[in-house]
Amino acid sequence: MDLTTIWFIAIAVLFTGYFILEGFDFGVGMLLPVLGREERERRALINTIGPVWDGNEVWVITAGGAMFAAFPHWYASLFSGFYLLLFAILVGLIVRGTAFEYRGKGDTDRWRRNWDRCLIAGSAVPAFCWGVVVANLVRGVPLDANFDYTGSIWGLLNGYALLGGLTTLLLFATHGAYFLHLRTTGDLAERARATGLRLGAATAVPALAFLVWTQAAHGNWTTLVLIVLAVMALLAGLALDYTGRGGWAFAATALTIGLASAALFCALWPNVLPSTSDAANSLTHENAAATQKTLGIMTWAAVIFLPLILLYQGWTYWVFRQRVIVERIPVA
Amino acid sequence: MRDWGDMDVLDLARMQFGVTTVYHFLFVPVTIGLSLLVAILQTLWRTTRKTAYLRATKFWGKLFLINIAMGVVTGIVQEFQFGMNWSAYSRFVGDVFGAPLAFEALVAFFLESTFIGVWIFGWDRLKPGLHLAAIWLVAIGGLASAYFILAANAFMQNPVGYQLNETAGRAELTSFGAVLSNPVALAAFPHTIFASWLTAGTIVIAVSGYHFMHRRDLDVHRPAMRLGILTTLVGGLGLVLSGDSLGKVMTATQPMKMAAAEALYQTTYNAPFSVLTIGSLDGSRGTPIIEIPGLLSFLATGSFNGEVQGINDLNAQYQALYGPGEYAPYIPLTYWSFRAMIGFGMLAVAMAVIVWWCTRRGRMPEHRLFWPVAMWMAATPFLANSAGWIFTEMGRQPWVVFSLYETSEAVSPRVGVPTVAISFIGFTLVYLVLAVVALKLFLKYAKAGPPDAEGALATSSPSDEPDQPMAFAY
Repeated sequence: MDLTTIWFIAIAVLFTGYFILEGFDFGVGMLLPVLGREERERRALINTIGPVWDGNEVWVITAGGAMFAAFPHWYASLFSGFYLLLFAILVGLIVRGTAFEYRGKGDTDRWRRNWDRCLIAGSAVPAFCWGVVVANLVRGVPLDANFDYTGSIWGLLNGYALLGGLTTLLLFATHGAYFLHLRTTGDLAERARATGLRLGAATAVPALAFLVWTQAAHGNWTTLVLIVLAVMALLAGLALDYTGRGGWAFAATALTIGLASAALFCALWPNVLPSTSDAANSLTHENAAATQKTLGIMTWAAVIFLPLILLYQGWTYWVFRQRVIVERIPVA
Repeated sequence: MRDWGDMDVLDLARMQFGVTTVYHFLFVPVTIGLSLLVAILQTLWRTTRKTAYLRATKFWGKLFLINIAMGVVTGIVQEFQFGMNWSAYSRFVGDVFGAPLAFEALVAFFLESTFIGVWIFGWDRLKPGLHLAAIWLVAIGGLASAYFILAANAFMQNPVGYQLNETAGRAELTSFGAVLSNPVALAAFPHTIFASWLTAGTIVIAVSGYHFMHRRDLDVHRPAMRLGILTTLVGGLGLVLSGDSLGKVMTATQPMKMAAAEALYQTTYNAPFSVLTIGSLDGSRGTPIIEIPGLLSFLATGSFNGEVQGINDLNAQYQALYGPGEYAPYIPLTYWSFRAMIGFGMLAVAMAVIVWWCTRRGRMPEHRLFWPVAMWMAATPFLANSAGWIFTEMGRQPWVVFSLYETSEAVSPRVGVPTVAISFIGFTLVYLVLAVVALKLFLKYAKAGPPDAEGALATSSPSDEPDQPMAFAY
């Protein structure tokens, strides 16, 4: 396998890892107003992801950095072309990250309410926008001969992409609900389960529509298999949640996100950003790539550090495996 | 500066980069410096078992977290905006410049971000030794992160380890080792780290000074004050030495920047350094107020009689090399930012010396203005850090990559004014609000002081009691 293929897969893996990990972070953030009925419950919800959200977010920073190094043209075209979507994501991540750290450090209800709003919006907006970004990647955008996007923000808000955004929004919310079912206890866990069930059912409709559309417009045999498996995993998650197996339901949505993301990247291959105006201007894993030299060095770094990262991040999940009990939250 | 109505994408993109980068770098040195100090305080607690050190660890740990949150969230913008606003630049340098950024994320940022979570929430979950290791890993991650970012920046100041591929229209990597061992990076790294120590040390002096003034918890604040003074002085001394070597590297690689630092138009032997100048800096009517003979030659070459090339000669050389154009940066800005960097840095060191002298062997300064002045001096390292980066980046103009690529070519060609204006105004407003919030919180917790001994101890050891409240919760 040549290095540009390896790095296409590496970028796909980094984004997929990001969606699986920060997906449930986003979900927990979005469910704050739904499941957190009083202050201690809201704090319990936030503390389920307290120790890990920051590490999860580094996945996207690594994906961005790796894309810059391995596919400079992909990075340049995507980030300048999808400008306002990324701006919205950035503002979301900024207010959300600050909210985690600052929310508990004020004294008034107003302070906490405002940070809750930041947390909710800062989770929902990126969750939606990432779906729009990935859908547009697969769908393609008009590019000129320098690979620069020639359209405006309105060109990115097409039906297919908006459906993609709705899918990730709901899917991440479901993923978060299953996560909370797994990571909390008692009444809160039960309500997370019930909410997860409703959300999962609501997700199935746009997710199915989006994936079928993807298959019909951009699919091949590989994507077909992945999409069928993704839908099965989503339905399995629903059934598992219904029977009270929170952990397995969570594993199922993790699998759903992983398979769907894999399907989208397979639909994209061998392009990295297809041009809808002139196929000759499409960015592929070959014409977007860095030199063999750079890719080789990056490969060594990834081979050494990615297993190490998985090891210590996995260890942190083990350290903080205990369920968060509302009664154990110190009274502020 | 042209009218606001005439702003083009280049102006807006540059202003956005300036605002977001200077803002980001308000928090970075504090993070680098305080992570080390918190790690030292916690180590002192583990080795001496004195509760005062634990209370200091908890107190400074909280202030550290208020700061690092800002550093982390504003850092993401830095990585994304190269692609958003500077896509032409990204295409041109990505093969060389992207790798250190990717390494930063893989090697450093994962470490820092994962273990900060472990440290915050791990007080009652981990063995004490392991928990201590977490804060050291955070500190090491911060250092490694700084190195990779400075190596990337050094390529813009002094491109090495690349070759130009004319057909592909880009710089391509030939030696990653050369990129990482760029002499500019090797000199800028210690300079940045010493600046971080100066910054954190000054803050520790200011905050401890507040509690000295109120005679509160002196058993906690006295050792912290000593540590703060030591850190500031080591940082200050290191800044002088590393600044000297950075100046010489700069003279060798970017002579125009050194000439611009002094507004030196004619090539001069035994060139003086002016402390202040009145009049204009365009080379015609400037009147230096205090001049130190030969100092600029010494800074640039190591000899008081060394030759320092002037702006006019360099401009002529560059015009012969790179074609017609203006190759000098905006001189008043480089001249004054260079002086602001040095001056504010020296003020911080002077303050540390005075505080050390006035508090030596348990003395307590009595003048009612002593501590308020010391506290306000905490602003000086921030002014020095910002001025230093403004000098470094503005002194490189008109280049974005020195001698290879001009800033005016680097901007995203298809991104429109409204788009960049939205993000520039958006980020600026969000950052302004967050600056107020972060400062308020920092002051609130700085004034509140450390937890009492009982509270600090109760939540500092592993516990499997199912009913016990979590030691730390957001």
